[in-house]
Amino acid sequence: MTRIERSYPEPSINLETERYWQAAKDGVLLLKKCNDCGKTHFYPRAICPHCLGGDTEWYEASGRGRIYTYSVMRRAATPYAIAYVTLDEGVTMMTNIVECDLDGIEIGQEVEVTFRATEGDQALPVFRPVSS
Amino acid sequence: MSRACQAYIAGVYEHPTRKAVDKTIPQLHAEVALGALRDAGLTKDDVDGYFCAGDAPGLGGLSMAEYMGLDVIYTDTTDTGGSSYVVHVGHAVEAIAAGRCSVALVTLAGRPRAEGVTTLGVRDYGGALPDLGFEKPYGPAITNLYAMAAMRHMHEFGTTSEQLAWIKVAASHHAQHNEHAMLRDVVTVDDVVNSPMIADPLHRLDCCVISDGGGALVIVNPEIAKTVGDRCVKILGRGEAIKHLNAGQVDLTFTGAAKSGPIAFANAGVTPADIDYVSIYDSFTITVLETLEDLGFCEKGRGGTFVADGNLISGVGKLPFNSDGGGLCNNHPGNRGGMTKVIEATRQLRGEAHPAVQVADCTLALAHGTGGNIATRMGSATVILGSNDA
Ligand SMILES: [Zn+2]
Repeated sequence: MTRIERSYPEPSINLETERYWQAAKDGVLLLKKCNDCGKTHFYPRAICPHCLGGDTEWYEASGRGRIYTYSVMRRAATPYAIAYVTLDEGVTMMTNIVECDLDGIEIGQEVEVTFRATEGDQALPVFRPVSS
Repeated sequence: MSRACQAYIAGVYEHPTRKAVDKTIPQLHAEVALGALRDAGLTKDDVDGYFCAGDAPGLGGLSMAEYMGLDVIYTDTTDTGGSSYVVHVGHAVEAIAAGRCSVALVTLAGRPRAEGVTTLGVRDYGGALPDLGFEKPYGPAITNLYAMAAMRHMHEFGTTSEQLAWIKVAASHHAQHNEHAMLRDVVTVDDVVNSPMIADPLHRLDCCVISDGGGALVIVNPEIAKTVGDRCVKILGRGEAIKHLNAGQVDLTFTGAAKSGPIAFANAGVTPADIDYVSIYDSFTITVLETLEDLGFCEKGRGGTFVADGNLISGVGKLPFNSDGGGLCNNHPGNRGGMTKVIEATRQLRGEAHPAVQVADCTLALAHGTGGNIATRMGSATVILGSNDA
């Protein structure tokens, strides 16, 4: 369904995260894992927060996950759903839920990544329900 | 019994203003400092330690020490948001115990209301933040972040909006007696759940007020406490912790109080069952509910049942809380509510709370601050205070 969405502010990008945002422009969600301890972390860093190892590596996420929690911001000029989505890779990220009825969102719902152009020239990973 | 302690709260002051259009922030800091020093019977020249957080303009405490003409040899500018001042109480105890200072002044002031801050805005703590790019574009206003914690708590434990509403109802019962409180009308569970939805599942009346003002504490060593007299309140225990998103292993059903609470209780040598009164940071109703569980006043997940039916109302329930009306009804100066939590706990232990809400024989009290954000990263701090004869 179509619904008017809010405009998306620019993310702040730094040396550690520019590859993540470059991939987003190509429609790819990247995650980082650590070659020392093997664990994935979010948000992506040069240094692994699990073990402080400096050998971290990008990899492409499945783009699938489930809604851990959400809230619909009713009082905003254009209401929107903020959420945490737990990816199949085991990490949970803040996001928006789009392309859905805001009153029909549920915890545990299966979602997949899609991307939205930001107010500048970046792209932002957001999630939409997986159509059954 | 007489419990040992290393430092006392000798003076407190809460600014009466709720909208400070005609005052600057430094001016408010100085007014609350003077109020707390007068309350202690001390002067600014007695102060040798100064504690403030990010609400104080300038680099650390430098500018405010100069503005107020303080001559200090110890300073602590730990900033964990609204819990900073509860952290400062603990740090002041340690500084005093180590002999680094003898009279510690802690100040807070802010005027977000005069400056037009709303709950809908997205706060920006600066462009160099590593987390910022992964959050700000998604519209994390304060309300919807706490709302996400509430939504998950409801999902896991069956907590209801009506149960959350009881927290506001209790605060309003107390605020009716506070002439300075912004919201003095007693509200019902229906009033809360029928107030406009801000961010599901939090209604307008689940949210704290936005107010100007501030507060100050004067913390002294035992020798000076003797000269001040029996209005001094014992600082018996303190604990603090930072909780964050844990590399993406997110759990929003608990707060940093799960760590700071047990540390403070162990430090004081008491248990939740010993506590007569609690001041719990109440940015939103869900903040109180999760904190009470984490501090051990009830089992995790049972907070909804615990707060229902007036259990937090002084004279009615088993655990009187926020007898000044708290952030939900009284004030939330500078969007930083930790200071007023310590102040009202001190009033209770002195027997100086409003008679309608004063807890009989109040001997042990707990004050807890939550700074930052319950759904991202937070600084939690717990102090356990005792009356002069505790
Ligand atoms: Zn690692």
